[in-house]
Amino acid sequence: MKRRNFIQYAGLGAGALMMPSLLMGSNISAEALLNPGLDVAAKKQLADVALNTAKSLGASYADARIGRYLNQYVFTREDKVQNVVNTESFGIGIRVIANGTWGFASTNNVSPDGIKKATEQAVAIAKANSKIQKDPVVLAPVKSHGEVSWKTPIKKDFKDVPVAEKVDLLLSANKAAMDNGANFVNSALFMVNEQKYFASTDGSYIDQDVHRIWPTFGVTAIDRSIGKFKSRQGLSAPMGLGYEYMDGLASEKIAGPEGTGLVGYRNSYDIVEDAILAAKQAKEMLTAKSVDAGKYDLVLDPNHLGLTIHESVGHPLELDRVLGYEANYAGTSFATLDKWKSGDFKYGSDIVNIVADKTQVGSLGAVGYDDEGVKTKQWDLVRGGILKNYQAIRDQVHMIGQNESHGCCYSQSWNDVQFQRMPNVSLEPGKEKYNINDMIKDVEKGIYIAGRGSYSIDQQRYNFQFGGTVFYEIKNGKIVGMLDDVAYQSNTQEFWNSCTKICDENDYRLFGSFFDGKGQPSQVSAVSHGSSTTRFNDVNVINTGRTI
Amino acid sequence: MAIYTKEEARQILEKALSYSTADTCEINLGGSESGNIRYARNTVSTSGHRSNQNLSVQSSFGKKSGSASIDEFDDESLRKVVQRAEELAKISPENPEFMEPLGPQSYDDAITYSEATAKITPEYRAMVANSSIEPAAANDVTAAGFLNDSAGFSAMMNSKGLFAYNKSTDISFTVTMRSNDGTGSGWVSRDFNDVNKFDAAEASKVAIDKALMSREAKAIEPGKYTVILEPAASIGLLGNMGGALNARTADEGRSFMSKEGGGTKLGQKIVDERVNIWSDPLHPDVPTATWNGAGQALKKMSWIENGVVKNLAYDRFWAKEKGVEAVPGPSNFIMEGGTASLEDLIKDTKKGILVTRLWYIRGVDPQTLLFTGLTRDGTFYIENGKIKHPVKNFRFNESPIIMLNNLETLGQQVRIDGNLIPYMKVRDFTFTSLSDAV
Repeated sequence: MKRRNFIQYAGLGAGALMMPSLLMGSNISAEALLNPGLDVAAKKQLADVALNTAKSLGASYADARIGRYLNQYVFTREDKVQNVVNTESFGIGIRVIANGTWGFASTNNVSPDGIKKATEQAVAIAKANSKIQKDPVVLAPVKSHGEVSWKTPIKKDFKDVPVAEKVDLLLSANKAAMDNGANFVNSALFMVNEQKYFASTDGSYIDQDVHRIWPTFGVTAIDRSIGKFKSRQGLSAPMGLGYEYMDGLASEKIAGPEGTGLVGYRNSYDIVEDAILAAKQAKEMLTAKSVDAGKYDLVLDPNHLGLTIHESVGHPLELDRVLGYEANYAGTSFATLDKWKSGDFKYGSDIVNIVADKTQVGSLGAVGYDDEGVKTKQWDLVRGGILKNYQAIRDQVHMIGQNESHGCCYSQSWNDVQFQRMPNVSLEPGKEKYNINDMIKDVEKGIYIAGRGSYSIDQQRYNFQFGGTVFYEIKNGKIVGMLDDVAYQSNTQEFWNSCTKICDENDYRLFGSFFDGKGQPSQVSAVSHGSSTTRFNDVNVINTGRTI
Repeated sequence: MAIYTKEEARQILEKALSYSTADTCEINLGGSESGNIRYARNTVSTSGHRSNQNLSVQSSFGKKSGSASIDEFDDESLRKVVQRAEELAKISPENPEFMEPLGPQSYDDAITYSEATAKITPEYRAMVANSSIEPAAANDVTAAGFLNDSAGFSAMMNSKGLFAYNKSTDISFTVTMRSNDGTGSGWVSRDFNDVNKFDAAEASKVAIDKALMSREAKAIEPGKYTVILEPAASIGLLGNMGGALNARTADEGRSFMSKEGGGTKLGQKIVDERVNIWSDPLHPDVPTATWNGAGQALKKMSWIENGVVKNLAYDRFWAKEKGVEAVPGPSNFIMEGGTASLEDLIKDTKKGILVTRLWYIRGVDPQTLLFTGLTRDGTFYIENGKIKHPVKNFRFNESPIIMLNNLETLGQQVRIDGNLIPYMKVRDFTFTSLSDAV
């Protein structure tokens, strides 16, 4: 716990939403978000200043990222607008290799003079560090793409939608929750546009326009007489979509298990509908049955399973963790190179197929090119339950005998150095026709879990404990009621080998994490995880209720 | 970027304020320079330098407010940023919780700045990395570490006559040492305002020793154990308890500090009577700024006294609603300790577990402040006053409230992440499962 976090916690209530301050730029008006920024020709000219300066100082490689990051956040509680924030952050980050060593510097002075100075600083840092560098950087080749561009395929740019419309939508969701028995409700909309220009001495000039959106809320119900309170978070997913995600299209809804009232949202979210259900469920939680600890078959909704995939598959297969580059912070990995090299390491059961992907439409990780100019793609991590590959970037792939970067390098801003980040990591749907009610019907003693909750996993990704948003008891093929105090503890390999059934592609949805943290200094990135509802047999469930 | 002096900051702020036509205007100005080095696999991996400066204006007409900010401070830029904040204020909805800016305040002089820290060079950072890497390699251990140093200032001024200024420096350092056979791991953390207090070689040795000592850990049954928690272990749980010291959520009935039937636990004994926790911006070991972003003066403030909740933090709006004085939240966290060293605590333990740190701590139930997480980087079994052998890591499910009720002994205090926390011996700490992670 860092002191600043402590202060953050102390200043915010249980229902408050936390936002990393590092994502903030300078405050601007909503209208100013529509300013187009520098044109491509001007960006190329500026980037060339960095590349030429670096080369003249002896750098063997350089890349420059000119970034303009536009954010709009809307915060409300009950019938009040708490804050509307529009920010812009603009600057350039320059990365060089000199004497076989990386150096990085950034500046918000995006003039030829400012860029020249920052480049000199990056080269000076590389040279200072080269004195203790033992393994010179080896970059996998990447072909020059010339001058290219890519844009998230959105239908509605959030910047074109009036703030009042967004505020009205959140306030109507809040009202719906309050009308249905909530005591408190906080809601928020996060909207992000990354305008990124990349240039490197390999000859690529790449202009990209990336969009993301995340509507979220927390509803709290209280019974003061017994001193109890329960919260139910929204079941949206952050998405790589435009404002069209808020349309609430009926065609994008999937009915949840009978008896729960839950709805799964694909590429369109109905925040008012979800807020009504949230209020009813928060009230129901106050008197829900406390779970009996023991072994259960777990039926996990995609909006819950996504986080389990993220923690137990996404992170352990990051090559930098496997190799020890993250040892001092996020940790290392149980999925060591010898397991991968054996060619028969059983990560999961035969039906477990997990893919990494940087191209999936609607996902948070989708871009045309990564932050070191590599064209993005999809690749297998686990196929037929066997560990097949890792996630690796240009300066890493040679360490696993490969010569092509996977294209998953990312930096959260112009101000931070790019490094390997998790692509979308998703579980493929089952091949036979099978829906959620078929699955519930087949379970004798189980628990259905939807939504993210408390999640904790060890630094090598063996032992984890996950909670959820809502829990329902399954008895003899039927949902019989809500449960409370549920968390499951397992071991990654054991858990994925207990995977016995996966619903078909009609049930497939994306879960997302908007603020996945890694690295020192810590950086966030946004990543999606797709899956269909999935069953895991005989998982250990603990009761988290305590009396104080 | 220059670190502006008090007078330079005052001049910029006065100039910006002179352009204001709003009912009230408050301006914050700040800047920092920071550098870092990161290393892993016994070699340097990334390194960087950041420079930031920002001036942010909040203008208000009645209860309508608007904010704008800028990173250039020439006259024209200052005029524009104030104008933009005023335009935004005029079109904003009314904030029913709006509070007028504070008038002039008196602040203590902070002791947060060290010239030596502000002058750290890339060569110094490389030397720190090498102080870990060389001894690691000599001991068949692999080092992964991170050093970050920063120097900065912050200032604020408003139309009610308030002016505040502070400059500060800090360094933070962590290193993880892993034995090359993959069975042992050690870790250390150091942070200071003044780099002269930092000894990279000494810190690195602590982590190397733990890595070597923790090799080939034995599995013992999870359950309730007496534990000796190093400050790096307990701070995670204590810090999370700090999150509950908020009056508004307590009053609203959605916090551990809410009382059954209504009201809060203010004045109620919640933990062992030897527990005393306060904040103090002028403590020489953990100094902080003497004012916060709202311009409130920060003074020494007691939070838990003899086990009783002494204060809850009230923001200005909530204080007005409740008819009490506003209580700004803590800027650091100081817990009273005792005289026992870590060695003394171990010597006095018949059977127990020494925990270096707790990791991946996440809330399980806000109602009881139950948290889960794992031990990491050095967990040892103690028998008859001696460390007997390393043990495999555990997952815990525990509440800091239960932990502080089960207090056995308080030891010496250590600075950790800007806080001052004692070694603690606690009985019946709940470990719920084993982890294979090293």
